[in-house]
Amino acid sequence: MNPGSRMPESSPPSSTDPSADPSILAARTVLGEADIARALTRIAHEIVERNKGAADLLLLGIPTRGVQLARRLAERLAEIEPAFNGEYGTLDVTMYRDDLRRQPTRAVGQTVLPGSLDGTIDDKVVVLVDDVLFSGRTIRAALDALNDLGRPRVVQLAALVDRGHRELPIRADYVGKNLPTSRSERVRVRLADVDGGVDAVVISAASTTPASMTPASTGESGGAR
Amino acid sequence: MKHLLTTQGLSKGDAILLLDTSAQMAATQSRENKKLPTLRGRTVVNLFYEDSTRTRISFETAAKRLSADVINFSAKGSSVSKGESLKDTALTLHAMGADAVVVRHSASGAAHQLAHAGWLDAGVLNAGDGMHQHPTQALLDAFTIRRHLVGNVGEDGRGTDTSAGADLSGLRVAIVGDVLHSRVARSNVYLLHTLGAEVTLVAPPTLVPVGVETWPCRVSYHLDETLEQWQPDAVMMLRVQRERMSGGSGSFFPSPMEYSRKFGFDARRLAVLPDHSIVMHPGPMNRGLEISAAAADHPRSVIVEQVANGVAVRMAALYLLLAGTDAAGTDERNTL
Repeated sequence: MNPGSRMPESSPPSSTDPSADPSILAARTVLGEADIARALTRIAHEIVERNKGAADLLLLGIPTRGVQLARRLAERLAEIEPAFNGEYGTLDVTMYRDDLRRQPTRAVGQTVLPGSLDGTIDDKVVVLVDDVLFSGRTIRAALDALNDLGRPRVVQLAALVDRGHRELPIRADYVGKNLPTSRSERVRVRLADVDGGVDAVVISAASTTPASMTPASTGESGGAR
Repeated sequence: MKHLLTTQGLSKGDAILLLDTSAQMAATQSRENKKLPTLRGRTVVNLFYEDSTRTRISFETAAKRLSADVINFSAKGSSVSKGESLKDTALTLHAMGADAVVVRHSASGAAHQLAHAGWLDAGVLNAGDGMHQHPTQALLDAFTIRRHLVGNVGEDGRGTDTSAGADLSGLRVAIVGDVLHSRVARSNVYLLHTLGAEVTLVAPPTLVPVGVETWPCRVSYHLDETLEQWQPDAVMMLRVQRERMSGGSGSFFPSPMEYSRKFGFDARRLAVLPDHSIVMHPGPMNRGLEISAAAADHPRSVIVEQVANGVAVRMAALYLLLAGTDAAGTDERNTL
């Protein structure tokens, strides 16, 4: 689940400072910068291997952090497969979520398809890219959103972290790391180009969120459901 | 946001959120499949006590594109003609479970009354109340101005809108014509001021309302002078509202011909403006009175685009009013 699509500009880089947030004092870094880079490189190779090349390939990142991951994957794919043009898109799923009525109004994000597509995804091999795969509800919303854009030939899913606890019959095709967690734990992906600092995947035991904090703004997965 | 009643007092942040959301909604409207599932199961009532074509159709289209159910209610042919009060109509709508009520009424303040009298717990959108406010029209005007003059979409409006998050600071907008009877002018003055634009009202003295000196804008009685010396970036022509002028048009200006000569917008006046300027009109137009056919159909006229943008803006307003939990839910997310 990716609550990070809500108001990306509201994520202050300072929230990555552990001293500012007592709830993540017990946080544990499970993937460092180099681990994330290696995982993405492997996923890029797996994508090319599974699809026997990069023909008709379209990477679509789910805001906020999925977009940056899609960009990094596109860079790696362009290195592996010179035929790949390095393009990627953004798929906003806000208006397709099933929990809109249970949450305060979310700002609608942008859906951007690469210009070379001419506005259609028909017969493409779409790879959805998200940071954390959790309940699967974000991906369900993404599949509905894709349906309104056209009819892709295949849809695959790449997630940097799969933390389990699925609530829908959805699985990822490419996983950076399988992370066994308990439901009360929180998994956060921090990316340098979104949150500042260095790339990291952090797991913390915080089961309650201080009222002053906005869980959705830190790309965490677990508190906001 | 629970209601959208007026642009006076609308914060700059909320105004920009509305415009940004409108831009995202507009982007979905160029797709083959224009319908979004977002408000499925919600009911939107169009409660129209005054005649309207484009506003009602625009709200209806917006609600349907978001998959809400739409009930149209017009005063003609309803129990209103049997003497039913606004209150009783509101209680009926409440009993039927309306989630949002879009109201147009000839009495200024009707929308506010509907929202705050405790008759309804639905969100109320003001679609024009008397001579008071018409907020979605002002928002679509601001959205159109931003797309063209900040976002650089180009003359045909097909370019990419790059104006997300931007305000209208530094832009000059002239609002010309029947300001006295115009809720569009009132809503625009406050919204454009909030967004940082400068506004000049241009009208004959008889059509300038009492108390205009308290509005955040300048007033001029001379159209030619304003266009030449002030060089506005956008000119918004207002309809001469003859139905609100008791005793015919003669009571506010000597003759339609004289009004047209002094305050009508035509190709000659368009030529005085800077090349990037745009011409707007909220519709319906009195061609030949406040705007000439040549000006209305000119490539720099964005009047048809205003109508298209109206759907996107109203989708944004409905989304922001209806999609989330109620206002009290702000803290709730942290505990869910």
